[in-house]
Amino acid sequence: MTCKKQGVQFSGTKEQEIALKEMISQLKDTKGSLMPIMQKAQDIYGYLPIEVQTIISDETGIPLEKIYGVATFYAQFALQPKGKYQVSVCLGTACYVKGSGDIFHKIEDILGITNGECTPDGKFSLDSCRCVGACGLAPVMMVNGEVYGRLTVDDVPGILAKYE
Amino acid sequence: MENITIKINGMDVSAPAGSTILEAARLAQVEIPTLCFLKDTNEIAACRLCTVEINGGRLAASCVYPINPGLEVKTNTPSLREYRKKTLQLILSNHDRSCLSCVRSGNCELQTLCKEMGVDADDYFDGDKTPSVLDESAAHMVRDNSKCILCRRCTAVCEKVQGIGVIGPNDRGFATFIGSAFDMGLGETSCVSCGQCIAVCPTGALYEKSSIDEVAAAIADPAKHVIVQTAPSVRAALGEEFDYPIGTNVEGKMAAALRRLGFDKIFDTNFSADLTIMEEAHEFIERVQHGGVLPMITSCSPGWVKYCEHYFPDMTENLSSCKSPQQMFGAIAKSYYAEKMGIKPEDIVSVSIMPCTAKKFEIGRDDQDANGVADVDYSLTTRELARMIKQAGIRFNNLPDEEFDAPLGIYSGAGVIFGATGGVMEAALRTAVETLTGEELKKLDFTDVRGTEGIKEATYHVGDMDVKVAVASGLGNARDLLNKVKSGEADYHFIEIMGCPGGCVNGGGQPQQPGYVRNTTDIRTLRAKVLYDTDAAAPIRKSHENPAIKELYATYLGEPGSEKAHHLLHTSYVKRSINNN
Repeated sequence: MTCKKQGVQFSGTKEQEIALKEMISQLKDTKGSLMPIMQKAQDIYGYLPIEVQTIISDETGIPLEKIYGVATFYAQFALQPKGKYQVSVCLGTACYVKGSGDIFHKIEDILGITNGECTPDGKFSLDSCRCVGACGLAPVMMVNGEVYGRLTVDDVPGILAKYE
Repeated sequence: MENITIKINGMDVSAPAGSTILEAARLAQVEIPTLCFLKDTNEIAACRLCTVEINGGRLAASCVYPINPGLEVKTNTPSLREYRKKTLQLILSNHDRSCLSCVRSGNCELQTLCKEMGVDADDYFDGDKTPSVLDESAAHMVRDNSKCILCRRCTAVCEKVQGIGVIGPNDRGFATFIGSAFDMGLGETSCVSCGQCIAVCPTGALYEKSSIDEVAAAIADPAKHVIVQTAPSVRAALGEEFDYPIGTNVEGKMAAALRRLGFDKIFDTNFSADLTIMEEAHEFIERVQHGGVLPMITSCSPGWVKYCEHYFPDMTENLSSCKSPQQMFGAIAKSYYAEKMGIKPEDIVSVSIMPCTAKKFEIGRDDQDANGVADVDYSLTTRELARMIKQAGIRFNNLPDEEFDAPLGIYSGAGVIFGATGGVMEAALRTAVETLTGEELKKLDFTDVRGTEGIKEATYHVGDMDVKVAVASGLGNARDLLNKVKSGEADYHFIEIMGCPGGCVNGGGQPQQPGYVRNTTDIRTLRAKVLYDTDAAAPIRKSHENPAIKELYATYLGEPGSEKAHHLLHTSYVKRSINNN
């Protein structure tokens, strides 16, 4: 089965699968339980890869496409795990007018991933975010909570290299 | 039911309570435009074309708004016309407007509305557009989302009517697109190829994978002997492509058109439908008398067969091992007929015209090549045949009525009714009952299994046995029926299942009728009537009395179920799953 939106090798454990199936069996007969099931599944795995969504589909009888449709509609659901280093770039108004869009694209180029994705080695994930309250330092990016401000595009390779 | 009187455009209109404004307006001969609405299937008021003014100016979606006493409706004010125009312009702003070469040009519902509302293909709101990325992964169809208007008719019919749900809306906002889970190609999912999504699509976003060019090339090749078979339901619907009313039998003109297209022999799937009955009735009697797996379920519908493999893999032993009539025809054409004519099987190009898209998948299945070459080389839909006729400049409506060629064009009334839900059951019963009892049937019509209801049941007293039968059409109905069988709630001996609601007459390869026709006309019954009328008028109405079939057994196959018959006419199935293909 090919899967375009899958970068990182799935590494779910037997315990996680048991917890998932147990949770589904408790919820599945309640009308409208798909969202809670998906939320709890994400609590267990951290994200909702095809392996997890397939189990939900097999156990509930809900078509996989319907689950995927919900997962891609709501921002709260992640199809990719977070990386060891979580990179986020502020695309709020102040940062954006100061050129954070270019910063974002530079990171995309270097890491080879786009918004919401994770590198195949599991090292970096990339997300855009809204104002982090450091407009005075615009444009701003963060790596695992560490803030880098007054950035230019040329600063980006050096910052990412610190985490290689 | 109680009637309610409302005002539509100033006139009193009385309509049953519970009607929508759209339905009430129809009673006043006013058709409010719709793009997404499909009665009982897709009632989501998404497209907003059906918006009307109620009670002095408020806007309401007429397709879902129930009438109430004293309601005042305006359907055609200047501001509503402007509103509808703007809505169409916005839809067009994200639409691939390559209409001239579009497969749906001329019967596109969006195009028709734009013409009616005076909206041209100008760049009103230029900006981002959904790119044209074709999903060609499935054997039978293509999806082009650049022509999709997100009406969700296809996803509704897939999930609600067929009980499958392999397509749906993904992502959100402007990025929303119809696709499959994890952006898999349709061919990687448990899609059964029924093509009901194509049948309801208002635009050119969904269409069959065409083999017209390959067939035309074969016809042009003097080294090839190109034969064609046409399924029962094609003659009952092809006329719609040439402005005949729904339910017109165009069998004679169709045979004439095929001859003028250059096919070497014009044959009829009705012949092999009779052959299917011979084998299937024999198999059924064998199973009943020798403790075989029951209920036996028909295997003519490749959409149903694939559905069974995906969704009821533990029931593939219940499927009759008989190939479908299309495949039986191909196997006989490249053996019996080839020998008779002194032509090598590899020099025969076997083409079928089908009301079906799943037939395109079926021709490529394993174990469908009895003579070392594919039983059937190309399967075209009714729509593709109409396109070929138009491309060739054949004046279909002026053609004389012509006959099929012998011997593979000779059929009984039992073969014709295969195209309607219950028809295979009725045809099989005619042969099975006479075989079991050794007596001639007094009445050939098994009316309990006729009609377009989703599930039908009947019990027939045959010899010293009560034979319980059931008929289902549409895969959602098939699922409900099989769940009853699995739970032990029902114990049938023989079940007929057709993948499409109403059977092949309403197949995914049949001419597309716009939403308002689908919502107001019983298309299935009108088309099925053509088949039942043909049967009633047929001089021979039982498969086992078809002289061409008798000769085939006498001179070539031996008995039904013989070793030779098994090699040529029977097949095998695979067990698939829903999510891991």
